Amino acid sequence: MDKRLRLALQAAGTVVAIGVIAIVPSVIELFGLMQLTLFAAMSVLALSLAFIWGYGGILSFGQTAFFGLGGYAYAIAAVNFQDSTPAILLAIVVPALFAAILGYFIFFGRISDVYLGVITLTVTLILFNSVNSTSGDAYKIGKALLGGFNGMPAVPTFNMPFDPSTVLSPEQSWWTTAYVLLGVFLLLRLLLALPAGRIIVAVRENEVRASLLGYDPRLVKCLTFILGGAIAGLAGALYVNWGAFVSPTIFSLSLSAEIIIWITVGGLGTLLGPIIGCVVIEYIVAYIGSQQLLNSNLVLGGVLVVFVLLLPKGIFPTARDLVMRLIPDKKPKTNGPVPSAAAPHPAGAE
Amino acid sequence: MAELVPLLKAEHLTMRFGGVVANDDITFTLQEMELRCLIGPNGAGKSTFFKTLTGQLVPTSGSIAFRGLPIAGKASHEIARMGIGIKTQVPNVFNGLSVRENIWMAVRRKATPRQQGPAVDAVLEMIRLTDYAESIVATLSHGQRQWVEIGMVLAAEPELILLDEPAAGMTDEETFHTAAIIREINQTRAIVVVEHDMEFIKQIAKRVTVFHQGRVLVEDTVDKVLADQRVRDVYLGKKVAA
Repeated sequence: MDKRLRLALQAAGTVVAIGVIAIVPSVIELFGLMQLTLFAAMSVLALSLAFIWGYGGILSFGQTAFFGLGGYAYAIAAVNFQDSTPAILLAIVVPALFAAILGYFIFFGRISDVYLGVITLTVTLILFNSVNSTSGDAYKIGKALLGGFNGMPAVPTFNMPFDPSTVLSPEQSWWTTAYVLLGVFLLLRLLLALPAGRIIVAVRENEVRASLLGYDPRLVKCLTFILGGAIAGLAGALYVNWGAFVSPTIFSLSLSAEIIIWITVGGLGTLLGPIIGCVVIEYIVAYIGSQQLLNSNLVLGGVLVVFVLLLPKGIFPTARDLVMRLIPDKKPKTNGPVPSAAAPHPAGAE
Repeated sequence: MAELVPLLKAEHLTMRFGGVVANDDITFTLQEMELRCLIGPNGAGKSTFFKTLTGQLVPTSGSIAFRGLPIAGKASHEIARMGIGIKTQVPNVFNGLSVRENIWMAVRRKATPRQQGPAVDAVLEMIRLTDYAESIVATLSHGQRQWVEIGMVLAAEPELILLDEPAAGMTDEETFHTAAIIREINQTRAIVVVEHDMEFIKQIAKRVTVFHQGRVLVEDTVDKVLADQRVRDVYLGKKVAA
């Protein structure tokens, strides 16, 4: 596929997405809209790991650490300021700073991939347990009571920028969340098309060669990690806005594992795939949750096993290859760099 | 006096891995624009020597100076930015990227965005992979991937080029082409080549350094080295009194 056709397709896709997001509230009733808002917030989280894992080669088992920090940063700031505008900014900045500190020690300390997984996993556990043990009046930041295991109820939701008196309606919340998702998606697309994006992918492909050409892989990976943390933090704010509530389960390991499953199912090394994976899996989980026949974790595990064995590339790349095969007289597509097979598959991640 | 500072000077360089001494008290000097061949049997310490020169290994003791500036113990990317490029023994390329993107990665550091396109095309022409510019490197043959790596090293325009077995796995015709390219680059740059292929060395070499068991055995012109009885013994696996 030549570049102009791809660009035209992407532009058309963007226009369609803008239109669909705009009309969804007028065709779907409130319950469905709330569910879609949640899926959109989770998809932003999926994009954060899709970017650092699929393109940066950094498999973080603790992406929820940044998600949770973003959620709590938003909640605490929103309670204190009674205005969501600075709170959303803090939900991006706090996790990014945390990712910068963590990333500095991981990448500049030349810690290997396996230990990166262990460290991110452990950090998530530490955050979960720390926040979990903040019950009581002693644990408050400004006016915000952390609430330990019970979390923070009645967190102010998004309002119009710098106008706390006008709180967003569910429809406006949907538009905000969905357009943020689209914005993050386009931002990452753009970044990957720029020289910076190619350098990120090149470092994933071969760190030794990158450094022998004069690039500092530690810095490149650290910056990638920070951007991933910032996006996950933003997703946290969107999530808290959806439920007006945050509790330590936002740091949970099962959610961390779920993100990895979304990406594996949707397609590692793509941006669209993880969004598809996230929506499909979350829909299945929500559907199973509404009846008592099957355990959702059992189904999730089964789905993961089926995909790893039968569709190891994931939904989106498989579908794309099929479409490319159906179009005659086109050379097999070779544009997207494929992540190396060495990227560990999260087999048995539960 | 400035021109008397050699391009590269390694003194009393020693690299130990536990009990194994891979490089033992090596002293090595290279002048500007020189073309040097390093030979020696497997395990003689040639690749280890290259790794310490490029920051992939930190020497146990000894010093390395590049144009008088110490580089031992610096990070690989810092040394690369000072102007040392290397083609490693096991090809190190960006497998998931296209040939063009591989070369672009090397060109980008020095060229302005406007110069990058023509510079990449020129390198592609030189390594004869213009027709494969958009192919993913992982799909190419071993010989072609060697070329991609050589192309990246040339594209970065380093002051000193280290080539670890550039002709390995190439056909005679490709080897000949490699020799021609090496002679051509040597018009403007210093090169150190590690190679086993004696025919290849005869095509390019002026001075040859022979490594044996981590030490420098002989250093002389190519004719004298190839006539040296000790060098023959080393290659035939006989014991030598070095």
